[in-house]
Amino acid sequence: MDGPPATPPAPKAPTLGNALHRFANPGRFMRLSGALLPWLAAAGLALSVTGLAWGLVFAPRDWQQGDTVRIMFIHVPAAWMAMGGYVGLAVASFIGLVWRHPLADIAAREIAPVGAVFTAICLITGSLWGKPMWGTWWVWDARLTSVLVLFFLYVGHIALSNAFDDPERAARPAAILALIGAVNLPIIKFSVDWWNTLHQPASVTRLGAPGIHVDILQPLLVTGLGFLFVFAALALLRTRTGILERRARALMAARAAEPAATPSAVAV
Amino acid sequence: MTRKRRRMWIVLLCGLGLGTAAALTLTAFEDSIVFFHSPSDLAEKQVPPGRNIRIGGLVEAGSVSRATDGDRMQTAFRVTDGAASLRVTYRGILPDLFREGQGVVAEGALAPDGSFRASTVLARHDETYMPPEVADALKRAGHWQPGEPPPPAREWNTLQPASAGADTRRATN
Amino acid sequence: MDASFWAMGGHAAFVWPSYAIGVGLILALAILSWRGYAAARDAVARLEADNPRRRRGGER
Repeated sequence: MDGPPATPPAPKAPTLGNALHRFANPGRFMRLSGALLPWLAAAGLALSVTGLAWGLVFAPRDWQQGDTVRIMFIHVPAAWMAMGGYVGLAVASFIGLVWRHPLADIAAREIAPVGAVFTAICLITGSLWGKPMWGTWWVWDARLTSVLVLFFLYVGHIALSNAFDDPERAARPAAILALIGAVNLPIIKFSVDWWNTLHQPASVTRLGAPGIHVDILQPLLVTGLGFLFVFAALALLRTRTGILERRARALMAARAAEPAATPSAVAV
Repeated sequence: MTRKRRRMWIVLLCGLGLGTAAALTLTAFEDSIVFFHSPSDLAEKQVPPGRNIRIGGLVEAGSVSRATDGDRMQTAFRVTDGAASLRVTYRGILPDLFREGQGVVAEGALAPDGSFRASTVLARHDETYMPPEVADALKRAGHWQPGEPPPPAREWNTLQPASAGADTRRATN
Repeated sequence: MDASFWAMGGHAAFVWPSYAIGVGLILALAILSWRGYAAARDAVARLEADNPRRRRGGER
């Protein structure tokens, strides 16, 4: 901006932005995701079913919580994906905002509903677990409240993404909302350490050894991996849908303009 | 600086500002974010009797006394955080997890006599999960005193108790 | 499966709904997502069939 640059600008330098554009080309994305999706879905289904059946039937009950500990096998993986999904949403929003890449905008829009569903599962199963163990369906402690805020962030993102007639115009405000909401992620994670909460601190990721016996930890990790793959498969499938819808809109716009102008390549 | 790079820095700086603002806000409102106060907190803060608050800690071993008052259960126990403890009285049904050594959160107010009159008692459990057989084995072997928190997870999270009554063996970590 | 398995130590009313709601919501989302995908795929195929001159897809 001020003064001549020390080195002559290299227009085709392999910057992050260029790499993104190369790998996130919609055509290439459709081919790669199309090949990956069946495997991701199959692995997610197999691992989730294995982990849940393991947790429900074969895992031991807990010394203090009895059989209600089995709710953990669905509650905790859902919570991981509620937060992991938001990290994905924030990363996609950042890329969309900075590099203006349409694929990132579409991915952000399509991750949000998946994240909202996993957050809802986390909240509902948490409530069903809280009643018999804590003695209450819900309290306004920092952990529960911040996860509810996460749910509303997802819902707000979905609403904002659909608030414009032209979905492309919604991308920027939605991305800003997603990035502002990202401040909630460390609050959720560390709420149980920073403040007194009814919710207990982390078991799996705590310093030192996990506070979960291996017989309970194994099905939890299997289900966690399964949910990760299911989440990725759903997000990928929906992103493919978003790209196809965009292509359909472009084709429709081109057809509307057909009689007047000579057809040009449909940009996607 | 390209436009994309400038946008990246703007977004990152906004994030930094937002993060700082959030951290400051949360620090300022720390008192209302905490879900409960420990008995030590309470002694330090001089909370007037009658004001509705939540207190939390562990149920002191050997402090629980129950009585039936008509058709309702009347329970008295002490809640401790190690440094200070507080006498709590409660009428009603306690959660299943309530027992000596267990975490509890009680909502209510201080009575003029300095005890805490609870209107709600919630159980708070710790973040350890293990099969009952492992818990029994630890207690039998004397590694875990009843009413105390469980021993460090490293000592038991791969423990496979053999048949009942037999010696416990450690699985390789 | 014996009765004690279904009873879940007296907490059946909390354990089973958790699994039902968790699995049900994910399945519902999967079905909706697949339907949306199939609809978009068919719409693009129909539009492309109307424009035979155009190259398929947007690959460069």
